[in-house]
Amino acid sequence: MSKFILGEAIKGAHKIVKKAEERLNQAIAEKGENCPVSFPDTAYFIPIIYSILGHKVEKLGDFKPVLEKSKSLLPQEPTEKLWLPYLGPGLDAGMATLFAEEIIEATKYLIGPIPVDGIWLGAPNDVILRERGVEFTDGRAPGFAVVVGAAPNNEIAVKIAQELQSASLYTFFCGHTNGVSVAEQLAEEGIDLGWETRLVPFGKDIYSAIYAIGFAVRAAMAFGGIPAGDFRRILMYVKNRIFAFLLALGHIDEEKYATAAGAISFGAPTLTDTDIPEILPTGICLYEHVVSNVPYEEMVDKALEVRGLKIEVTKIELPVAYGPAFEGERVRKENLYLEAGGAKSTSFELLTMAPSEEVEDDKIEVIGPEIESFPEGSKIPLAIVAKVAGAKMKREFEPVLERQIHRFINEAQGVMHIGQRDINWIRISKEAQKKGLKLRHLGDIIRGKLLADYGRIVDKVQVTIYTEEGKVKELLEGARKIFHERDERLQALSDESVDIYYSCTLCQSFAPTHVCVITPERIGLCGAYTWLDGGAAYEIDPTGGNQPIEKGALIDAEKGIWEGVNEFIKKKSGGKIENVSLYSMIHDPMTCCGCFECILAILPMTNGIMVVQRGYQGMTPTGMTFSTLAGMVGGGQQTPGFMGVGKTYLASKKFISYDGGLLRLVWMPKELKEELRPMLQKRAEELGVPDLVDKIADETVTTTEEEVLAFMEKVGHPSLTMAALL
Amino acid sequence: MKSPEERSFDKVAQKVLKKAEQDKVETVWDRREAMRSCSFGEAGTCCRICTMGPCRINPKDPEGGKGICGATAEVIAMRNLARMVAAGTAAHSDHGRDIAKALRLISLGQLPGYGILDQWKLTELALELEIELNNKPTEKIAEEVSSWALSEFGNQEGELTFLKRAPKPRQEIWHKLGIAPRGIDREVVETLHRTTMGVDQDFESIWLQALRTSLADGWGGSMIATELSDVILRTPQPLRSQVNLGVLEEKLVNILIHGHEPLLSDAIARVAREEEIVKYAREKGASGVNVAGICCTGNEVLMRQGVPIAGNHLHQELAIITGAVEAMVVDVQCVMMSLAEVAKCYHTLIITTSPKAKIPGATHIEFDEHRVMEVAREIVKKAIDNFPNRDTKKVNIPEGKMDLVAGFSHETIKYMLGGFYRASYRPLNDAIIWGRIKGVVGIVGCNNCRIPQDKSIVSMTEELIANDILVVHTGCSAIASAKAGLLIPEAAEKAGKGLREICEAVGIPPVLHMGSCVDNSRILVAGCEMVREGGIGKDISELPIAGVAAEWMSEKAEAIGHYFVASGVNVFLGIPHPISGSPKASKLVYEEAEKMLGAKFYYEEDSAILTSKIIDLINNKREFLQITKKPERVLYDMAMRRELPTE
Repeated sequence: MSKFILGEAIKGAHKIVKKAEERLNQAIAEKGENCPVSFPDTAYFIPIIYSILGHKVEKLGDFKPVLEKSKSLLPQEPTEKLWLPYLGPGLDAGMATLFAEEIIEATKYLIGPIPVDGIWLGAPNDVILRERGVEFTDGRAPGFAVVVGAAPNNEIAVKIAQELQSASLYTFFCGHTNGVSVAEQLAEEGIDLGWETRLVPFGKDIYSAIYAIGFAVRAAMAFGGIPAGDFRRILMYVKNRIFAFLLALGHIDEEKYATAAGAISFGAPTLTDTDIPEILPTGICLYEHVVSNVPYEEMVDKALEVRGLKIEVTKIELPVAYGPAFEGERVRKENLYLEAGGAKSTSFELLTMAPSEEVEDDKIEVIGPEIESFPEGSKIPLAIVAKVAGAKMKREFEPVLERQIHRFINEAQGVMHIGQRDINWIRISKEAQKKGLKLRHLGDIIRGKLLADYGRIVDKVQVTIYTEEGKVKELLEGARKIFHERDERLQALSDESVDIYYSCTLCQSFAPTHVCVITPERIGLCGAYTWLDGGAAYEIDPTGGNQPIEKGALIDAEKGIWEGVNEFIKKKSGGKIENVSLYSMIHDPMTCCGCFECILAILPMTNGIMVVQRGYQGMTPTGMTFSTLAGMVGGGQQTPGFMGVGKTYLASKKFISYDGGLLRLVWMPKELKEELRPMLQKRAEELGVPDLVDKIADETVTTTEEEVLAFMEKVGHPSLTMAALL
Repeated sequence: MKSPEERSFDKVAQKVLKKAEQDKVETVWDRREAMRSCSFGEAGTCCRICTMGPCRINPKDPEGGKGICGATAEVIAMRNLARMVAAGTAAHSDHGRDIAKALRLISLGQLPGYGILDQWKLTELALELEIELNNKPTEKIAEEVSSWALSEFGNQEGELTFLKRAPKPRQEIWHKLGIAPRGIDREVVETLHRTTMGVDQDFESIWLQALRTSLADGWGGSMIATELSDVILRTPQPLRSQVNLGVLEEKLVNILIHGHEPLLSDAIARVAREEEIVKYAREKGASGVNVAGICCTGNEVLMRQGVPIAGNHLHQELAIITGAVEAMVVDVQCVMMSLAEVAKCYHTLIITTSPKAKIPGATHIEFDEHRVMEVAREIVKKAIDNFPNRDTKKVNIPEGKMDLVAGFSHETIKYMLGGFYRASYRPLNDAIIWGRIKGVVGIVGCNNCRIPQDKSIVSMTEELIANDILVVHTGCSAIASAKAGLLIPEAAEKAGKGLREICEAVGIPPVLHMGSCVDNSRILVAGCEMVREGGIGKDISELPIAGVAAEWMSEKAEAIGHYFVASGVNVFLGIPHPISGSPKASKLVYEEAEKMLGAKFYYEEDSAILTSKIIDLINNKREFLQITKKPERVLYDMAMRRELPTE
């Protein structure tokens, strides 16, 4: 019964809070109360403490009231007889535990041992949060598992981890059993660990469980827009959006019980292989709270059932595992069986539509030798040619669907895919080959996923895979012609040439007033949705997040204001946003959710603007990092002077054209500059300033606004002589 | 003469009843057995509201008979019933008024010895009342809250503030029937007016006013009493204590506090622990002072201070008969006049303290709000002074006391189900939906010497918990179950499998003590919270819950029963309404009420039949809610998750 469990949790909580006190005293003794303390690169302070208590910890001394709070939450252990209610107090002890564990982990960054050590990654920064956290809110990641302790052997560890991967879950590892942890067991077996494979080792101490929960509460604040301190909404957001659970393998000590009690308040139940009592009644978690004696072969399925999690996995008969968790997995040279493309051999992929009678569904053919005919290490010629048919299929959806091939193939375990069209690069690992993966399986994957994800527009899929040099080369010419025609068509598209734009409100679950307007010349701010994608998505799901917007009567061509667009936005933002200028970042700019690839910001002194991309960790001339800026502009607000945009929008003719366009750009990180250089160069030439790109300062020049101005004067940046921006 | 076993179900009481016989002390049971009750009174068809009569209508020929003024049986019966409700409402509400006045004095610094012990509750209340909080000192907020509370009594228009706590459909029913009370005093006065000679002579119309009056109690006077007592004396939290006459101590000065109001008794319990007082007791030959409670004053100090309980209503005389009580300090309500007579046989002092309640033969030491602590000390010293007068030959404290866990306020229930951060009724609602708990039944009210003390309460409670029905208690019913050992967490063993599982998960007894009889308002708030949490009905009347007054006797119980029914809770009576002389009035309250209110009264003499009817009702409600089968386990995909609330 739960008396034992909560009794152990309460004992554990007392221990951990005491340990936090000792650690804090030691840290203060060594570093002083005013010593700054934080987890690396986060704008969310010490996140659980910040989100639940609304208390910003910036220096060691700020932990003192938190410690006092933790102590005040510690209840007495339940007595043997005539006990008082222990569930509520036990859950309080769990929360006290999490606060204390954050103190312990945070002080490690000051007085050691540093949590980043070997396979252990320690605290995830805000870049990871933005990239990965959003997956929890848009559904790409259905949730996460916290795996505590060790499996009885490596084989079971691998099996459980791969089942979790196949369910597309993130798996966070913390704690150990008798000095062994599942993450170490996986590492021994050569399993790729890290955010890319969704197998993330946080730390060997159970205390590092706070990185998992801290990640969830940061998502609640960042994507849910819930203010710190509004603990009830934070907890309910995590419970109802980010489905998490704990798998405790091996002996459960008091400290693990205490941590698990903390997780329960976030709706995360615990399952274990160990023989302990259970807590089956529901209510804090969605279903059961503690389930024990779970056999290993049922563990992941049982966990999904207990957490109430439905995983939609496309069932494709494959000899290897399949799912988003394998998307980021690399196939390294030493592990390579064969590869195609990547400038090493002729390779391309092409998807076209055809009349229904010309497409034989499920016909997957390999013309030329199959995988076993190639010796290990081969660089093979490869053409993947898919033909699709469907009543609702349109020619303009071809590139949209073709681009999905990258993700489809990448999600197979042991297969890596980079690029697209005739610049693709595919690698297949030795293990995958050994397990029986054939080239024809690539066709099976493409067909299976197209029908699963795009079944509303695609009815039939036929895939032919060519592996003979001559044939591949011959087909390539035809393919290139098609690619060229597509580009021409795309070039001809403009905001003026169409009557319909597309909306994207996929992010309204966390930014309720955000309405993205996607036009032919303005990609969605996340960079993932072009106007064509919007159209395809609408066909696939007519009631989904992408709706057509009749642009209606033109109100202001310069600013990019249409009657129909405004009406649509007003309706979809619940009346909060009334007017949007599509071509200005100053006058009623578009709202931002939180998924923007880049942020634009005015640098008033320079009469220009800067741009910074997600992932850039340094300082910018605004005096703010990307994280800080992101916190400012997200959440569905209009923030004049700041705006989130997709990268390729920078090279669009309509890039803030009312405010002066690309010529206003005075600073950008070097990495982004180089990535976008070809398209920026082209646009700069159109604008008559062919050397513009090099007149844009970057962090190698300066990160202060004054020095940006000095640099502009030195190189003669065009923005200096343009009309006043403000 | 009935045997002690026929008189009381409580073995400890049986022992003392034997002693009473030996000591030749007359008790309530003796008088009951000697009494030939007036059958017209019992039938409700005796009318004394003017001097043309009195009139009486033969219950055997109700249709034929008329009063002198022409009043029919149903009008006479209903007028009498309405007047009982008004009196009960007046009792609870006058108690509430005194608490509101106390809060006012505290806010003005004029009630030394008292303060605001529950700042959090005061803040919550102020927020609910939309009182601006910005930087106001606590006293100022308390003053505004008390002003609001006092104004609720004198309100002439609009409706009582707390009615808004009820689910919307319930408020709509009240509005449709025109029974939303305006002011507490106003409804009591109007009931007295409407039921006097020659006013309201439509029995249905009279009953509607009775319902309105009762709502002024449940959602007015009683709720104010509970809420403000919590503010002043702290919201109850789970605690351990003991119950039954065995809590009296041979070596200590025993002071019993009896009645209903918590303020003076709270002071007495505190004063008794003062070093100086203990020293004084030692000087008089005792080793200290023992304070224990009877009835609801006892429940008030039990819930907040863990002061032990000597017994419930029918224990008041028995306690004195132990010969070990130095003083019984009484305030208001349920205090039998016979106490002074019983006390004459022993050394016990009966000390009356309320300016509203004096008893011949008792010592009167009045509660003076400006010097409460002094008065409390004076009373305690008087009791100590009486210790040497104890006649050891007459002392026989029966063996027998039982452990208990009490303190289950509405707030505590929320907390214990989710901790501070996730406090909610969700786990309770879930338990009901999943069928671990079939329903919740509030067994409340008094003892009544017409039937064996505690027997119905305890047997019904045991049967209900065995059927996976969570029982909540207030008042003397709580004490009855406590004495029977049902308020200890180990009693979960007596519960059905599902309820037991919940008890073990949370660490609670299967029977929860929610406080005194004004604290029935906590049950109303809990009902609202269950509706708000969702999944088990949109109105209180849809919840799988019921109210029970198994051994009721007081007019206050009539008020409580009526406000339960008016709030949508079916009420099961072990003692009938005194209206049996009118089939029409009976039909209205026992049948037709359901159409109007979604709830009605039930009466059964046999408590086993009554229990099975309750279980049937709960099952019917479950059927209506379509929760008779274990719900399908829903697995959530992303689209479904987006529909889940995050508030």
